Amino acid sequence: MTLVHTTPLQQPATPVGTGDGTAFDLTMTTVRELNRALRAATSGSFTVRNPAGRHNLAVGLDAPLEVTIDGHAGYYCAGMNQLATVTVTGNTAVGVAENMMSGRVEILGAAGQAAAATAHGGLLVVRGNAAARCGISLKGADIVVEGNVGHATGFLSQKGRILVCGDAGEVLGDSLYETRIYVRGSVASLGADCIEKPVRAEHLAEIQELLDAAGTEGVSAGEFRRYGSARALYHFTADRIEAK
Amino acid sequence: MCGIAGLFAKTPAFEAALGDHLAGMIDQLVDRGPDSAGVAIYGDPVPEGSAKVSVLDPAGPRDWLAVADALSLLGSAEVMRALGDQAVLVVAADPEHVRAWLAEHEPGLVLLSAGRSIETFKRAGLAVGPGGLIDACGLRGMSGGHAIAHTRMATESRVTTEHSHPFSTGPDLCLVHNGSLSNHNRLRRTLRQRGVSFATDNDSEVAAGYLTWRFREGDDLDAALAAAERDLDGFFTFAIGTHDGFAVVRDPIGCKPAVLAETDDWVAMASEFRAIATLPGAEHAEIWEPEPGRIYRWFREPAIVL
Repeated sequence: MTLVHTTPLQQPATPVGTGDGTAFDLTMTTVRELNRALRAATSGSFTVRNPAGRHNLAVGLDAPLEVTIDGHAGYYCAGMNQLATVTVTGNTAVGVAENMMSGRVEILGAAGQAAAATAHGGLLVVRGNAAARCGISLKGADIVVEGNVGHATGFLSQKGRILVCGDAGEVLGDSLYETRIYVRGSVASLGADCIEKPVRAEHLAEIQELLDAAGTEGVSAGEFRRYGSARALYHFTADRIEAK
Repeated sequence: MCGIAGLFAKTPAFEAALGDHLAGMIDQLVDRGPDSAGVAIYGDPVPEGSAKVSVLDPAGPRDWLAVADALSLLGSAEVMRALGDQAVLVVAADPEHVRAWLAEHEPGLVLLSAGRSIETFKRAGLAVGPGGLIDACGLRGMSGGHAIAHTRMATESRVTTEHSHPFSTGPDLCLVHNGSLSNHNRLRRTLRQRGVSFATDNDSEVAAGYLTWRFREGDDLDAALAAAERDLDGFFTFAIGTHDGFAVVRDPIGCKPAVLAETDDWVAMASEFRAIATLPGAEHAEIWEPEPGRIYRWFREPAIVL
């Protein structure tokens, strides 16, 4: 393993290529340098040391890289991810994997608010808890949370799947469209137009598929309940014209 | 935006270096609040019957020995720290008597805080660098049991030292706020009718005044914060310094960020983890995001989480 030292500011992106085992130490490398180097890489594995809660780590990746952030990350970690696999060994703050398009982001600790907000594709795995508004406006990605999720999870979510092995906070799935939500524990309350729906064979298969994808063990697909849209809010119906 | 921090020492060694650790946290929060900064640090309690008062002269540097001389009519008074336009005075008198005397005889002075252990310092401008709050008040050399701090990015009302946080809410009580309140004008009018005075048109000062009023009405901290959750309309994370610890509460929908962390040596709260990452042992701390609408509190011993 080699340690990359880069001079802060305005240096050209380090031409990493396939930098297997390359480590960046953020006590010596700026976040901009890190992101520039990662975005220049086409494959390989990378480790980020001493992240110390810095924002915007490993953002905008667009290649099948393996990136491990060894510690806690700040806001928008692995945002806009495509193709890359990003693992954070600690916690993340607001907006991890926001607008992810593909690839995989895994948090071994807890995720802050709005995890995978507006994400179109890929998989977010949170081994700990995820805070409020997890999967807000989700547009097609999958989310597996092994712990609990905070309030307003799945708010306005349109597509994709959210699987929660623990409990869900208040107003789960408020005003959601076609995201499917599975919760193993308790649900504090359901949001507007979110209802519980029967778990059929295809849903059991879907739950198992998500558990397998996340590598979550010790949990049975039969323990989950399904929640989805009653579809009463988002269809315009002529008979409501008179109603205020 | 704004940045807020709270730090609570669990060991004598950490108490001795509290100011230095807090300065490191503030350094990381300056990005969230470049307009001004302030700290309230709790330590060296004066004997019962005496008052430690932090005062600011918005007009500029002041002869604080002369002010102490005049105050000695109430009881022996001395200057504990003199920092140009700010000072910490110790007076052998009831804090409320000192407050009343200052209001009558020194109406130009702003009482930043009063109590037995609280010391408050504020300064417009960046907290770091020459002339910044950290250097100006000698924060890195201070010890204490606990402290709260604020870096301000003004979204309403002027950028001045007196508009800076923390705001005093009573004896040994103060508040820092990240967020914005939408009903502060009406609430300020109501509170003035009930005898609460305000030095500025700042919304966070109204939150502090609201708590002052609730405490006067006999509420304890929990009851006052529960009432605040009901009556304050807006977004907030509050950190409240008390004589024996600090409390953290977020608005019911958790609009504003907060991270809590605890080790055997300290408890810390900050708007962002990067401020906590500066503390020794942060990599092994228990770290979590406080739930909206829930009150978290730490007292001297034992640590209590409500």
